[in-house]
Amino acid sequence: MDITELTVHELQEKLKSKEITITQITKSYIDRINEKETDVQAFVTTLTDEAMEQAKEIQNKLEEGEIKGEFAGIPIGIKDNMCTKGVKTTCSSKMLENFVAPYSATVIEKLDKENIINLGKLNMDEFAMGGSTEYSYFKKTKNPWNLNKVPGGSSGGSAAAVAANLVPWALGSDTGGSIRQPASFCGVVGLKPTYGLVSRYGLVAFASSLDQIGPITKDVRDCAMLLNLIVGHDEKDTTSVERPKVDYTKSLKNDIKGLKIGVPKEFFTEGINEEVKDALEKSIEKYKELGAEIEEFSLDIAKYSLATYYIIGCAEASSNLGRFDGIRYTYRTPEFKSLKELYKKSRSEGFGDEVKRRIILGTYVLSSGYYDAYYKKAQQVRTLVMNEFNKGFEKYDIILTPTSPTVAFDIGSKTNNPLEMYLADICTVSVNIAGLPGISIPCGVDKEGMPIGMQLIGNKFCEETILNAAYTFEQAIKFRENYKPEFKK
Amino acid sequence: MSKEDYETIIGLEVHCELSTKTKIFCSCPTEFGAAPNTHTCPICMGMPGTLPVLNEKVVEYAVKAGLATNCEISRNSKNDRKNYFYPDLPKAYQISQFDQPLCEHGYVEIDKEDGSKKKIRLTRIHIEEDAGKLNHDEFGGGSLVDLNRAGVPLIEIVSEPDLRSSEEVDKYLKKLKSIFEYIEVSDCKMQEGSLRADVNVSVRKKGETKLGTRTEMKNMNSFRSITRAIEYEVERQIDVIEDGGVIEQETLRWDEVSGKTFSMRDKEDAQDYRYFPDPDLVAIKLSEEYIQKVKESLPELPESRKQRYLNDYKLSEKDANLITSSKYLSDLFEEASKICNNPKAVNNWIISDISRILNETEMEPIEIPFDSKQLGKLVILIDNGTISSSIGKKVLIELFENPRDPEEIIKEKGWIQISDEGAIKEVVLKILKANPQSVADYKGGKDKALGFLVGQAMKETKGQANPKMLNQMFIEELKK
Repeated sequence: MDITELTVHELQEKLKSKEITITQITKSYIDRINEKETDVQAFVTTLTDEAMEQAKEIQNKLEEGEIKGEFAGIPIGIKDNMCTKGVKTTCSSKMLENFVAPYSATVIEKLDKENIINLGKLNMDEFAMGGSTEYSYFKKTKNPWNLNKVPGGSSGGSAAAVAANLVPWALGSDTGGSIRQPASFCGVVGLKPTYGLVSRYGLVAFASSLDQIGPITKDVRDCAMLLNLIVGHDEKDTTSVERPKVDYTKSLKNDIKGLKIGVPKEFFTEGINEEVKDALEKSIEKYKELGAEIEEFSLDIAKYSLATYYIIGCAEASSNLGRFDGIRYTYRTPEFKSLKELYKKSRSEGFGDEVKRRIILGTYVLSSGYYDAYYKKAQQVRTLVMNEFNKGFEKYDIILTPTSPTVAFDIGSKTNNPLEMYLADICTVSVNIAGLPGISIPCGVDKEGMPIGMQLIGNKFCEETILNAAYTFEQAIKFRENYKPEFKK
Repeated sequence: MSKEDYETIIGLEVHCELSTKTKIFCSCPTEFGAAPNTHTCPICMGMPGTLPVLNEKVVEYAVKAGLATNCEISRNSKNDRKNYFYPDLPKAYQISQFDQPLCEHGYVEIDKEDGSKKKIRLTRIHIEEDAGKLNHDEFGGGSLVDLNRAGVPLIEIVSEPDLRSSEEVDKYLKKLKSIFEYIEVSDCKMQEGSLRADVNVSVRKKGETKLGTRTEMKNMNSFRSITRAIEYEVERQIDVIEDGGVIEQETLRWDEVSGKTFSMRDKEDAQDYRYFPDPDLVAIKLSEEYIQKVKESLPELPESRKQRYLNDYKLSEKDANLITSSKYLSDLFEEASKICNNPKAVNNWIISDISRILNETEMEPIEIPFDSKQLGKLVILIDNGTISSSIGKKVLIELFENPRDPEEIIKEKGWIQISDEGAIKEVVLKILKANPQSVADYKGGKDKALGFLVGQAMKETKGQANPKMLNQMFIEELKK
């Protein structure tokens, strides 16, 4: 038995039946990282020694009865934009190359409380800006299905690590698709929760009104379990919402009879890859077989989502990234003659091109004289997008789309064309704009064997509905049993 | 044309630190004077990933300030980011309020020389966070950042350009200060920077309706500098215009030493703050009940206290103004009066000796070290003849230096008034013997000589003799 092949719920069963121990689990993952990390390049920081220590300690404490808990000793990987006390949090940027946060993000504290073991910090596009993880300052993460392809992004390290069995599950963050799109490219499950469901405290902000932390897992049950662990109102994040506690695993009923699914036709026309389209159409047929009622409808406003997203996202980013100024914990240029020069040079040298592009764009749209034409207009369109989705949810329980118009593309094929890169977000951004939950699950592979992702969008705080729909589909097509990453070179 | 042909137009932006226990967006203490960067946490240091949580007390205090200055309170308000780079601003944006301030359209009244009142309109009051402080060359070379003040809550009070002279500005600021002290939203300590003003000044020819180009002097933190700076700037502007020049709209720095204003930055550097709503904070929604509750919690305001002093205690307008100018003086007056039942005497102490000492030592009323009980007791001791009023003045100085029970002071110092008839008689006889000329003068009809003799006796007893008894005894003996 290869322990790293197992899902977290399978690990829990085997721990319960004493077939395996906590130290065995961590040991297996460390071996796996040692074997595959050179190929995949998913980590910015590995914590293998610390993890082994921790595993032994937890094992002892469990044996002594000092601690209990069904997640004690389960390893995890964390996207490198969530603050971890005492461990570097780089956002894959030269700017924060040596930044060690003096505090932990709320989600990290929640995991720590469960005695979950952090295996390391995972690679990403710099400051979560990008869709291929190629914009990391440190390294390019490879897609485990084909090492010449990108893993998607910005949570590419998280998705690749889960797909390559370097971690059993991981946390990612999603501002415009950064969990769902890499999950889709890497053939794993990725959920962006409703805005406000998970605390953002300690997540290095890209676009505050769009960012959400969410799970990237091998299957839907793990996704529901990890979601259980990270949700909840946080006093430290006033945008997080107070809601009655639910157990998301209870929503996995493997039954969707009567579920109303809306399919927005606009997501299946322009720019969509034929094989992706075919896979989605087959998936829709599968849902029909499973008892869902499918209807095509128009979500015309979606076409404005991308522009809206880039205006709002960049505007917020331009302000959020102001604090990386060379004064305190960031990179500082070695030579400067004035304060102005210190700022200019530190920021010019510390940020990568894509980040600078977005800061410039965001600064521009907030400038006096342009604010009304861009930022204010974008906020108005945002309201329209929300309204349009609301109308959709009056008729449907779920909205089904591709996660990305394409499968994972070749490394280096889009880095010189930012606009084309932005188009990779076309299916996912409207979900962030509207603050809705969205999940991506694998629904097939293309001729080259690259995974294709399907996105299920739910109404606000209706994670249970999309989780059940995703679970039911997963049980029907058994993707994990049929396809595995091959590390093609 | 001469200066008299010009009219001065002044508008103020006053920044006032609120006296909440904790900062506006985190739970660090706001206390002044701690070692650098000890009152900080990841939030007020602007660490990546941290988020602000609005301190509800800040909203309450700002609403109080708004209600006390006749403002309309916004039911819907929000926080905005003001973006700019400076090392004392750790997030590179200040959380402030842009287009939906908490309070709008208020006014305060100032007293004019002729006894009438003038309304100074307030455009708005909004809440915002203070920045940190740079220490230049204080700890060796370079500049070091102290973020203790970063995140201390401020209200900014923006006035309409209704002020016409430095005197009016002085009165307006003192009025604001006293109101905020009364409603206990700020201690308004100017030397600690908890009250600062940006002063906008322009001039125009009398009769002109269009406003002239204004200049702004930022971060002024003493009444004296503000008055001096305005006077200088008005004169400068008139000179420029009279010489055929034009006033540039610019930010100026007032230099206290040279008594001049200097240009700070040119127009090319004009800042674009790129205000936008802070997505980390939810909108501020205030219910009618909330506003009503805050309204009910407001204490009596200075204007109403003044009326009461005029009517109930029959104080003069001038005295009532002075005492109500500060909540601390006013509280001292009321409480001490209650204790000694002699408001006239307490009033006299405050307007004369106490005010004089405050002026001499540049102390603010809030810094008065003794309490109303001690002042009340002092008045009682004089009233019941235990000490003379001249000893009383000495006791007051002691109270300023080392406040304690006045009774203890006089015991310790041996200042108890001599009211023993035998002892007094002894002194009187001694003085009469030593000053035959004065005795002769008195007998010759010069009543003044009596005062001299009493004075000599006081001197002899180090001021401890009961002055009434002395007087009487001298008259009796001189009749003999």
